[in-house]
Amino acid sequence: MSDEQNFETDVIIIGAGPVGLFAVFELGLLDMKAHLVDILDRPGGQCAELYPEKPIYDIPGFPEISGQELTDNLMAQIKPFEPTFHFNQMAESLTKLENGHWRLTTDMGVTLDAPVIVIAAGGGSFMPKKPSIPNLEEYEGKSVFYAVRKREQFEGKNILIAGGGDSALDWTNNLQPIAKSMALIHRRDNFRAAPDSVSKMHQLIADKKMDLHVANIIELHGSNGQLEAVTAQRKGEEAYRIECDTLLAFYGLTMKLGPIANFGLNLHENLIPVDTEKFQTSEAGIFSIGDINTYPGKLKLILSGFHESALMAQEAFRIVFPDKKLRFQYTTSSSSLQEKLGVGEKAA
Amino acid sequence: MQIHVTDQDGKEHTLEGLEGWRVMEIIKDYGLTIKAECGGACCCATCHVYVDGAWVDKLHAMRDDEEDMLDEAIDVRDNSRLSCQIIMSEELDGLKVTLGGGTEID
Repeated sequence: MSDEQNFETDVIIIGAGPVGLFAVFELGLLDMKAHLVDILDRPGGQCAELYPEKPIYDIPGFPEISGQELTDNLMAQIKPFEPTFHFNQMAESLTKLENGHWRLTTDMGVTLDAPVIVIAAGGGSFMPKKPSIPNLEEYEGKSVFYAVRKREQFEGKNILIAGGGDSALDWTNNLQPIAKSMALIHRRDNFRAAPDSVSKMHQLIADKKMDLHVANIIELHGSNGQLEAVTAQRKGEEAYRIECDTLLAFYGLTMKLGPIANFGLNLHENLIPVDTEKFQTSEAGIFSIGDINTYPGKLKLILSGFHESALMAQEAFRIVFPDKKLRFQYTTSSSSLQEKLGVGEKAA
Repeated sequence: MQIHVTDQDGKEHTLEGLEGWRVMEIIKDYGLTIKAECGGACCCATCHVYVDGAWVDKLHAMRDDEEDMLDEAIDVRDNSRLSCQIIMSEELDGLKVTLGGGTEID
């Protein structure tokens, strides 16, 4: 990764799901360069995070395609346009610059400047699901965490990990060697994580290097945000204490609108109203496409987002290149489009 | 065919059941708040419901993927199910469920 923190480009796309990716294509055909920001660590959005293996049946031209295949195909399709991705980052704030361009700042401190912003954020940012335990907020960020940013932070800690999926099991195995003590708590004695990491965990238990609790956390104990223990309870049995100073909870991700709500745009029930000619928001130069926008008759379908990106790109062109004339061309016949796609020599 | 759904605020609604539809879809179509963000693919646990005691045993047994996905539901109880995995049919006429943890939209 480059150390560079400030970028200038033509279009900044918030969200690297299928619609954000296809927007790169439509913008690219019209000579606009794009940067994409996504909170996930890879492209594909919901298709990659929620249902990579599930077949989708309503993508035009594909009777059946998985979320991951669709993502891979889109990545291949936009390759000629060399988009720049900023993964693992959340679009945090948007400000207008003196020259009329927009500056997007991410939670990692990266700034991106461009005349056009495209919000293709789907259902919002994928954020950790939080269990319903009283006073949880008091401990968050101090002794309760939903992700591991720096492994060393957990050295010498009495760690309790909650969950039964890959994140929970991977971090149990990974942090055990540096922890003072390690315990895993899960609601049942069955784990959906990769069998390999489950057997590693069982080996650690056999070696008496960690504990496993088949129970639910019902209470937290501590003071000033510092956890000292939790109360756990197994179905129909008596509650008991587990001593720990760190809780890592891995209950999967869910989508939340997040900071986009504070971008100063009109919102309607957490969706961004747009017109159906340009898919522009209440702010000129800020567009919204895909599941996150709304207009009369809106259908939350990937194919609707594809259509919206094509029309958005037309207006984006007029903003990015105010002095150029826009000519509508087909990829099947235009030699200049084919050149951009790197397929010029194939033209008949 | 009807289903009775208690929402997150404790209010009960009577919905017309649609043969062959997923209970999640019926709830969503009626306009109640249910996140159901993966759209019925048994991939997110945000259509989580608590099934009324009398109905628990009348539902078909949970498949492994539903049980797995419940690991990511919030406040799981013995009568927890994912409503996208319950298909409406005549036998379920009168089904009673309560919207569970994680179904709120925020």
